[in-house]
Amino acid sequence: MPLLKLHGNDLSPALEEPLHEVTLDDWRENPTAHTDATALVLPNAQSLSDIKCDLNGFSVVILEFPTFKDGRAYSQARLLRQRYGYTGEIRARGNVLRDQLWFMARCGVNAFEFSAENANDAKTALQEFSYAYQSCADKRAPVWRRRFDRSVAA
Amino acid sequence: MYRYDEFDATMVAERAAQFRGQVARRLSGELTEDEFKPLRLMNGLYLQLHAYMLRVAVPYGTLSSRQMRKLAHIARTYDKGYGHFTTRQNIQFNWPALVDVPDILDELASVEMHAIQTSGNCIRNVTSDQYAGAAAGEVEDPRIWSEVIRQWSTFHPEFSFLPRKFKIAVTASDTDRAAVKVHDIGLRIHKNAQGEIGFEVIVGGGLGRTPYIGHTIRNFLPKAHLLSYLEAILRVYNLEGRRDNLYKARIKILLNVEGAEKFATMVEKEWAAIRDSDVDLPAEEIARIRDYFALPDFEDLSATDDAFEKARTKDKDFARWVRINTAAHKRSGYSIVNISLKPVSGIPGDISDTQMEAVAGIAEQYSFDEIRATHEQNLVLPHVRQDDLYAVWKALDAHGLATANIGLVSDIIACPGLDYCALANTRSIPIAQRISERFAALGGEEEIGELKIKISGCINACGHHHVGHIGILGVDKKGEEFYQITLGGSGAEDASIGEIVGRGLSSGDVVDAVEQLVQFYLKTRQNKERFLDTYRRLGAEPFKEALYAAA
Amino acid sequence: MKAVTGNRLCDGAVVYLKDDDQWTVHIAEAAPFQNDDSEAVLKAAQTRVGEITEAYLIDIADDGAPSGRQALRETIRTAGPTVRVDLGVQAGGIR
Repeated sequence: MPLLKLHGNDLSPALEEPLHEVTLDDWRENPTAHTDATALVLPNAQSLSDIKCDLNGFSVVILEFPTFKDGRAYSQARLLRQRYGYTGEIRARGNVLRDQLWFMARCGVNAFEFSAENANDAKTALQEFSYAYQSCADKRAPVWRRRFDRSVAA
Repeated sequence: MYRYDEFDATMVAERAAQFRGQVARRLSGELTEDEFKPLRLMNGLYLQLHAYMLRVAVPYGTLSSRQMRKLAHIARTYDKGYGHFTTRQNIQFNWPALVDVPDILDELASVEMHAIQTSGNCIRNVTSDQYAGAAAGEVEDPRIWSEVIRQWSTFHPEFSFLPRKFKIAVTASDTDRAAVKVHDIGLRIHKNAQGEIGFEVIVGGGLGRTPYIGHTIRNFLPKAHLLSYLEAILRVYNLEGRRDNLYKARIKILLNVEGAEKFATMVEKEWAAIRDSDVDLPAEEIARIRDYFALPDFEDLSATDDAFEKARTKDKDFARWVRINTAAHKRSGYSIVNISLKPVSGIPGDISDTQMEAVAGIAEQYSFDEIRATHEQNLVLPHVRQDDLYAVWKALDAHGLATANIGLVSDIIACPGLDYCALANTRSIPIAQRISERFAALGGEEEIGELKIKISGCINACGHHHVGHIGILGVDKKGEEFYQITLGGSGAEDASIGEIVGRGLSSGDVVDAVEQLVQFYLKTRQNKERFLDTYRRLGAEPFKEALYAAA
Repeated sequence: MKAVTGNRLCDGAVVYLKDDDQWTVHIAEAAPFQNDDSEAVLKAAQTRVGEITEAYLIDIADDGAPSGRQALRETIRTAGPTVRVDLGVQAGGIR
């Protein structure tokens, strides 16, 4: 189960550095007991409103993908990036499958506890699509903007 | 109609290539069935009773002749010579081999088609009014906005793993042919008091085991904000919808638990945070899409044509077909032609490869190359000159496609039922066949008037029985097929959920029961009111009595 | 009595496990198993993921025809759609 990290468009295996994890509830209850915490764990059911202050000081936020079907963390990732201005690492944990990486990356996930062994498969998966229709939390220009840019250039 | 540019084409081709890889990984054993199943479902590939089934998207029901010919080719080459149009304006092939599906997807991609998001817990193929762009009285072409939604929802990174499937329908007419009130989101394009065009946003309708009529959560949404508003609804649903119980996971449950008002507040709050982000399309992109839906080059024709009138007088069958199967067009001298896929004893929605070729040819010659699929499992030629109607009727008739029964008692919606479907409890198609045979023998269908019978082979309600004027639901009782009747449903602008009337009937009794209901209606109706109107006027009781007098 | 059924991976055809451990599309050739033994046979069949998918047990009568509560479903499944008797195993269309 390799840890993969995204740098720009490049996905590569990363060394497992030890994290001191804390859930948001535990952190809020007693921050002084967790002063050395580096990673904030957000359960799927966690509401993110009022989270902005809590994010300060964490370099990693861990989102959970318990099953293929449970897609709440996609919304959470996007909110962290686009609403709460979080720029650190968002790590996907759980059922992190090859055919979901593209969606996760688009929503702002940039580190993956990949469920399969072969990191090259993950790399391939992120290169399967050249374009995207929507603007999302990644830097990819949506197709409508590319169309517009092209028509201006023409 | 919309045409792909290099971006659309690339995405569809890349998706087909991706699925080719996934199939190879499954066949090599790299993927287990549990891992592969969600992937194949996201490409519309089911496993049914006898074989795989591939559901091909027909976005908002619009097809060109070239696309129809490709569907015929696929039916002939990879399937058993036919396809089945569904209640979501899609087409299904019932016998494809897994190993052939990547090739089929490549064939589809070559004519700007695909099977993307025809299954799975994602935003499904968007549906619309089959008369879009042709209907008299339409506010504007709903396909412009359907295409906007198609692109936005395709591979949406945030909303591809929702609690449950999600269906959006768009209409722009007072007469609702898209059943917008029984969709997860229904959009009705209308003009407000200031003369501006926008959307009424209806949320939380749906059928299945807990049917609901949708609630209007916003009367008027300016058009420019469509996507950000949809995104707000979907985000609330993705985060708050239930995931612990499959049967309570649709947005209708969330909305009805929270209450429509509170749900609307949640959406408005979310929308306030994103309405000015770059989710909405710029005006240039909307204009680009709009251009594809410009009216064809209609000629200025007079409202009446002598040859047409003559043919109508001379040929009673033609006159009847014109009365029943054609509708008013927005341009004088043109008509909308409905092609019934419900011949007597036929399988609702089924069409052979040669019939597909025929329809493609007729559309090319007489309807500006355009064909529509309807949620009632029929086809439409949207733009036919009145002076061509006789030739079109003859050409359709030569291929068994001129049944004159649109909206009548034998124009039945039926799900595939236990003849094909792995989820079904009972068969649906044989009931539809026998009802059509019975009323063909009795005659007088036109006299009975509009009567919508809808048949589902299980509680999932793919045959829309809840919104049938007469609904028929198949239930399994100790291994035997029984059928439960509901009355008074409607999926149109006067939407309502039908009421269950009494105990289930055996498959032998159900056709007699329908006849008895119709006879009772004919005896009691006033002033040519529809079956539905008589039912609404009299209530369930007298109909129940009539029903059980027969059984 | 029970029989093991599933769908052939490559084309989805309905198949049954035979005495010789091969798969057949003809239910008449299906190996009957005593109810007690059938679970173990099913478990073994379910591991053959490169050949079949969605394997499960069905009830069959002494003459080998589907029986029990799911008899109608299994009869349609083995023969083909009742509304298209020209298709499926019933028409000799699948081998």
